[in-house]
This record gives sequence, C-alpha cells and structure tokens, in this order.
Amino acid sequence: MTECGMLIIGAGETGARAAGELRDRGWTGNITLVGEEALAPYERPPLSKRALLEAGDPEPAFIQGRERLEALNIRFMKERRAIAIERDEHAVRLEDGTLLRYERLLLATGARPRRLPSERLASDGAGVLYLRSFADALTLRGRLRPGRRIAIVGGGFIGLEVAASARELGCEVAVIEAGPRILMRGVPEALAAVVDARHRAAGVSFKLGAGIGGMTREGGGFRVRLTDGEVLTCDAVVAGIGAMPATELAADAGLALDNGICTDERLATSDPDIFAAGDCCSFPHPLYDGKRLRLEAWRNAQDQGAHVAGSMLGAGEAYGSVPWFWSDQYDLTLQVAGLPDAGTTTVRRSLGEKGSLFFHLAGDGRLVAASGIGHPAVAKEIRLAEMLIERRAVPDPLALSNPELSLRSLLKNETRETPRL
Amino acid sequence: MANEQWIAACEAEEIEEEDVIRFDHGDRTFALYRSADDQYYATDGYCTHERFHLADGLVIGRQIECPKHNGRFDYATGEAKRAPVCVALRTYPVKNDAGTIWIKID
Ligand SMILES: Cc1cc2nc3c(=O)[nH]c(=O)nc-3n(C[C@H](O)[C@H](O)[C@H](O)COP(=O)(O)OP(=O)(O)OC[C@H]3O[C@@H](n4cnc5c(N)ncnc54)[C@H](O)[C@@H]3O)c2cc1C
Ligand code: FES
Repeated sequence: MTECGMLIIGAGETGARAAGELRDRGWTGNITLVGEEALAPYERPPLSKRALLEAGDPEPAFIQGRERLEALNIRFMKERRAIAIERDEHAVRLEDGTLLRYERLLLATGARPRRLPSERLASDGAGVLYLRSFADALTLRGRLRPGRRIAIVGGGFIGLEVAASARELGCEVAVIEAGPRILMRGVPEALAAVVDARHRAAGVSFKLGAGIGGMTREGGGFRVRLTDGEVLTCDAVVAGIGAMPATELAADAGLALDNGICTDERLATSDPDIFAAGDCCSFPHPLYDGKRLRLEAWRNAQDQGAHVAGSMLGAGEAYGSVPWFWSDQYDLTLQVAGLPDAGTTTVRRSLGEKGSLFFHLAGDGRLVAASGIGHPAVAKEIRLAEMLIERRAVPDPLALSNPELSLRSLLKNETRETPRL
Repeated sequence: MANEQWIAACEAEEIEEEDVIRFDHGDRTFALYRSADDQYYATDGYCTHERFHLADGLVIGRQIECPKHNGRFDYATGEAKRAPVCVALRTYPVKNDAGTIWIKID
C-alpha cells in the first residue's frame, strides 16, 4: 500500500489548484494527484472556443505542467482511474488494483456530459459528439469543416459556444432547444435575447420548443426527427444538454449525495476525512441563506480548489465566493456574477455601444446578481457589481439604471455605510 | 537601448483616479494607470495569461485585475499577484510633465 498523504482524485481545474495550494499553505508531506486522462491538468474553457478555431494543431492550455508539479513535489499519476474508496482502510483502489492510503482525501472528479437517451438514437448512439475533454475537442474539430451541416442539441452555453465556433469555421448550424428560448437557466431573458439575435445575424438557425424524436444514420451523417415532426439532415450531431456530477465513488462509499457530492460549508463530505470540490459537489452558500448550490464554472473550480486545501489542513472557514462565470460567443463578452434566479426584479443599465448590464434584486432590495453582455469593458462593471453583491448591498434601483453614476461610487458609499471588519 | 524614446501618451486628467486607460502606439498596446495617491504608471497592454486588454480591467489599490479570469498584477512592479497569471507584466517608466503623461518605450 502506497502512503499518499493528501490524496486528490481528479486532475482537472479543481484538483490541480488544490494540489498547488496545499504546498503553498505549507503542507510538507506527500501530495498525490490521480487523473484518468492522458494529459497533465489543462483548462477546459478554450475547448469550445480557441481549440476549435485555431489554425494548426491545437495545444492544450496546461494549468500545472509536469515541471511545475515536479517543482512542487506533487506526485502526479495520469491515466489511472479510481474505482473505490475503502473508508475503513483510509484508502482508494485504482482500476489496476493499486491501493493508495490517504490521510485526507479530496474528490475533484468534475462532471460528465449528460447523454441523449439511447432509444432515440441511431443504433447505439454512435456518432453523437459531446464536449468535455481535449480529446473530445480534437474529434469535434475534425468535423467542423466549411459547408458541413452541424445540428447542435441544447441551447445552453456549451452548445452556443460550439455554434459560434462552427459558424466562424463556415459550417451550417442549427441549434435545437427544447425550451421556449435559449439560455433558460441562469441569465435573464433580455440578455438571452441579445445572444439569440447575434447568432441569428451570424446565420445560425434555431428550432425552439422542439426535442429529438428520433435519429437515423444516413450516408455518413444523420436524419434527425424533431418532436414537432420536422426532419433535419446533417453531417454531425453535437449534444450540449448539461452535465452530471461524477459521484459514483462517493455513492458506492456511502457518502451523502444531494445533486452532487453533498458537503458542508467547509467542503467536507459526510466523512470528515473526505472532501469534495468543484463541479462534482453541492454546498450551502452563505450569501443565499445557505441554499445548496452545485456550480459548473471555472472560477468556482479555482476558488473551491484553493479553499478546500485549507479545509483539508484543518481550517474552519466557510466557502462563500460570489458565483461568477463568463462565456465568449463571436465578439460578445457575457459575464454573470451572483445568482440571477435569486432575484425578483431586474434593473437594466445601458452602456450604449458597449452593451448592457442587468442588476437582479431580491424582494428585500438586496443585490443578488448582475449580468452583462457586450464589449469586454462590461467585465469591469460586473466586477464592481460583484463587490456590491459580496457586501450584501441594497442599492437604489434608480442609481443602478443610471449610466452616469459609476458603480465605483456606489461601492464607496456602501463601504462607508457598512464598514467591514 | 538605442531606440528608447519618450512618447506623449495622454493628458493627466484623461485617467481617473484609481483607474486605467488603453494607449496604442504603432502596433503596440499599453495600459496607463493612475493610483489613488495620484501617481502614474505604465505596463504592457495585454495580460500575460491570454491576449486581453488590461485597460478593460479594474484597478484595486496598487493592483490591476484582468477582466478575463481575474488574474492580478502589481502595476507598479509588474509582478504577478494572483492565479491564473504567473508571468510578470512588463513595466515602463512614466513622467508627468506639466499635465502631460509621457512613457518611455523602446
Ligand atoms: C467545453 C467547456 C467550456 C467551458 N467554458 C467555460 C467558460 O467559458 N466559463 C466558465 O466559467 N466555465 C467554463 N467551463 C466550466 C469549467 O471548465 C469547469 O467548471 C471546470 O473544469 C470544473 O473543474 P473540476 O476540476 O471540478 O472538473 P473537471 O475539470 O471536469 O476535472 C475532473 C477530472 O477528474 C477526472 N476523473 C473523474 N473521475 C475520476 C476517477 N474515478 N479517477 C480518476 N480521474 C477521474 C476527469 O476525467 C477530469 O479530468 C467549461 C467547461 C467545458 C467542458
Ligand atoms: S487573460 Fe488575464 S487572467 Fe486570463
């Protein structure tokens, strides 16, 4: 049995960040990072953007290259899959039979694409493309040739980013979305409308309110029958219909689950020596009355990776970063801070040619989220809004809608009124 | 060194206190900063993580936060201060001559 000290399963964004942070926080014992993929930890956001668009052979964007892992004396085991946690022995079993003993264990297993129900697919579903890993991006890239007809199932962020990249590469693109509009979750309708218009202007066609009724192979491609009876023929089908947290290890070990691996506010699971962070876990968020959230976003993965390292070493603080994510489609920057769904009213601020901001207020007037779309300059405003959200500010809606009043001045007032210790 | 030159970049009041603006010269782009204590600084315009304009980011004290992934730099020294940035930012000498901001580039 190998003594691993701090053992991390899943070498993605969260796992890599946690490993580095354990060292930075002064842990001098063993750190072991186990991943099933063939590559050192890399960034996923470019997979739907640059990795598809870039000319030449795309390179993964490494987070912690081999050299850095070695410099930090982190043992990295690639292409190794964990199959069981032996809690009584404080050990994790790998597929090849190896037993790794841990003092503390972190599950950073991420999420996996939700699959289309197989009975609706041609034979065994062979040929439908999903996008999560660098290997998936390489496969998809090979299909996005000029003039190819690409059907994208799902009008969420991944589907729309792939749609934008495919259009830029000269493909014909149809997006099939079961809901009445795109981006049903997490962004206001007015913002989704801007994204919708931009895609239509680029030549993307939308089939809204329609699901997949069935699919048959035809030549090298597919005949896709929609639930409203329409039939599309296309060369490739890409599905972006959400992701499922990777919870099997936790489930088999009897750890509590609740829309992901269930953790407390420090990111500890129901076993005090086992932690979970990133896309695979759900946690109570102090800014939203302890509401249990599972986030699938890059910064959350980073921040939870860093936070959980502290918890593994005994720190008691609650994790409470403001949720934040971005999406890039064509020349549009989209950013969301906080939870728009927690708001009951929305106030819009126009930035003219630079785009629009939306502020989401709860029933008691508290700012719970802000979203922005347009020029990259919206990022600065969303960052200031994020600080207001963090401070639980109750800003005047009229001030929020007035582009003449800088958010920085609102923040300064806020700081004066509610000094933070 | 031979090609070093001072260039008039902007008027001092064009940059608000605790803020940053973009300055393009030839095919290069820079970021010019004014701190809360009224000092002026200059760095390369693009983040060292990806090619995003730091001038679209937020000045927080002595640091500039990149708008893209919120990496941070000390804009006076160029030092990388927060992940995901790990490569330092190049800085340039700046002078304020009677209300005009000059930057020395090569
Ligand atoms: C195409 C794409 C684009 C995205 N774009 C954005 C964006 O623009 N903005 C944004 O905010 N977020 C974006 N995200 C989300 C962001 O990338 C994720 O939130 C982040 O990667 C989550 O990190 P993680 O470490 O929790 O999970 P992951 O990065 O998924 O890493 C988990 C790792 O664990 C491995 N693993 C799982 N089970 C085992 C096991 N039993 N044994 C060994 N290894 C295992 C997996 O193979 C994987 O490598 C995007 C995601 C994708 C897929
Ligand atoms: S581009 Fe600046 S932090 Fe990533």
